[in-house]
Formats: sequence, structure tokens, C-alpha cells
Amino acid sequence: MQLKWWKILGIILVLYSIIAGLLMPVPKLNILNETIRNLYFHVTMWFSMIVLMFSSMKQSLQFLNGFDKIRDLKAETYASTGIFMGLLGLTTGMIWAQFTWGTFWVNDPKLNGTAVTLLIYLAYFILRNSIENEDSKARVSAIYNIIAFVMMIVFIGILPRMTDSLHPGNGGNPAFGNYDLDSNMRMVFYPAVIGWILIGSWIAQLRFRIKLLEINKENI
Amino acid sequence: MKHSISTILFYLLMTNPVFANNIEMAYIMRSNGKIYVVVAVIAIIFIGLMAYLYRIDQRVKKLEK
Repeated sequence: MQLKWWKILGIILVLYSIIAGLLMPVPKLNILNETIRNLYFHVTMWFSMIVLMFSSMKQSLQFLNGFDKIRDLKAETYASTGIFMGLLGLTTGMIWAQFTWGTFWVNDPKLNGTAVTLLIYLAYFILRNSIENEDSKARVSAIYNIIAFVMMIVFIGILPRMTDSLHPGNGGNPAFGNYDLDSNMRMVFYPAVIGWILIGSWIAQLRFRIKLLEINKENI
Repeated sequence: MKHSISTILFYLLMTNPVFANNIEMAYIMRSNGKIYVVVAVIAIIFIGLMAYLYRIDQRVKKLEK
């Protein structure tokens, strides 16, 4: 009855990021003030989502190369956990935007891009549920999942960088690595990213195991 | 009567700010605008959630066997 080492590591890293993230010194910036600390909690959600979606896409690719049903199931659970992380990122970002940019939603390419991304992934689940035949359901949704991942990269990784955006790192704004992420913040931010990726993977793995148990129960 | 006067005096002294200032308290939790209290609350919530996740993990493990 022991927990896997990477799950413990995830807990420790996130716990560290909560304590150090609230107590460590941060750069004093206009408008942002103390909300710069949101970086450790809001941005990490997106990193976690992108890694989960990548894992989902990888499972879909492996499914198409051999048609192993387990791969399809894994792809689905990774994607659903990724959506969960994305929704958390979106709501926390909205609160942050309200108090720094003035409204809950601005017409920022990154915000609209993530909204489109989440809709694309919601369509993935609608697609899955709309196909009766198990085999074609797995095949069609695997192909759609790969397209969805590419679309996500386009919408949140490429398009926001080509236009003006309020987010750092976009439209000629300097990204992390310049004035807004000093070495103190890095020491908290990177462990936080790894920690949330690990915890997201843990939740996805649990979902997958429960799904597998359900399927095995039905087959008996 | 004598006893009650001494009791009132005792309480008056105890609630007197001059005496209260001498009482040692856990200052760490009260410094920096009490931010440590917020840190403790968030940390406890996170630990609780992770303990819950751990329990689910163990239950699923048991079912798998």
C-alpha cells in the first residue's frame, strides 16, 4: 500500500509552491502588485493541461498503430482531465483579469484561443458519445483527437504570438525570462509546473483505472 | 464580598492592555499582516485534498486485486 514516488513528488512540489509562492519576495510591478503570485497557480494549470492533452494525443497515435482499446480509453481520460485543468485555468484567469485588466473577459487572442480549444475538446466528447459502434468510435475519435491537439497548439501557441496580446510573451511583449520573472520566481514557478503536471497525471490515471474497473465489471 | 472584589480586580488587571502586552504570543502567525495564517489554511486544504486523492487511489488499488 505505497504511493508511487512521482505522486509523492507532485504533492511535495505543489505544497512547496503554495508556501513559497505566498511568502517569497516577488518583483514590485504596477497594476499587478501581489497578483503576480497568481503565476504559480494560474499559469501552471495551462502547463498541466497542455501536457495532459499531449499525452492524450500520444495515446491516440499509439491506438491507431495497433488498435489497442486500452490506448483509446487512456486518450479519453487524459483529455477529460486536461479539460478540467483548462476550465480551472480559465476561471482563475478571469478573476485575475477582472482585477488587473478591468473585465472578466477581454478580446485577447489568447483568451479566445483557449475558449475555442476547450470547445474543440468538448466536441471530442460529443463525437465519442454520438457513435454507437465501438470500433469506429475509437478510430474516429482518435483521429479527431490528433487534429484537436494540433488546433490547440495553433490557437494558444501560435496565433496569440502573431497579434497583439495582453499576455506576456505575445505580440512582441517580452515573455517570462525578462523583467517579469526573476530568479526568485523561477525557483517557485518551475517546481510548481512540474508538481501540477504530476498531480494532473495522477488524477487522469485514477480516472482511467476506475473506467477500466467499470468495463471489466460489465464484461463479467 | 471580599472574594468578589478580588476577582473583579483580577479580571480588570488581566484585561488591562498594559498587562496584556507582556503576555508572550506566537508572533510568527501574527507578523507580516497575518499572511502565515492564509498560507496555513491553503496548505491544509491542499493536504486534505491530496489525502482524499490518496484514499481514492488505495480503494481503486483494492478493487483491482
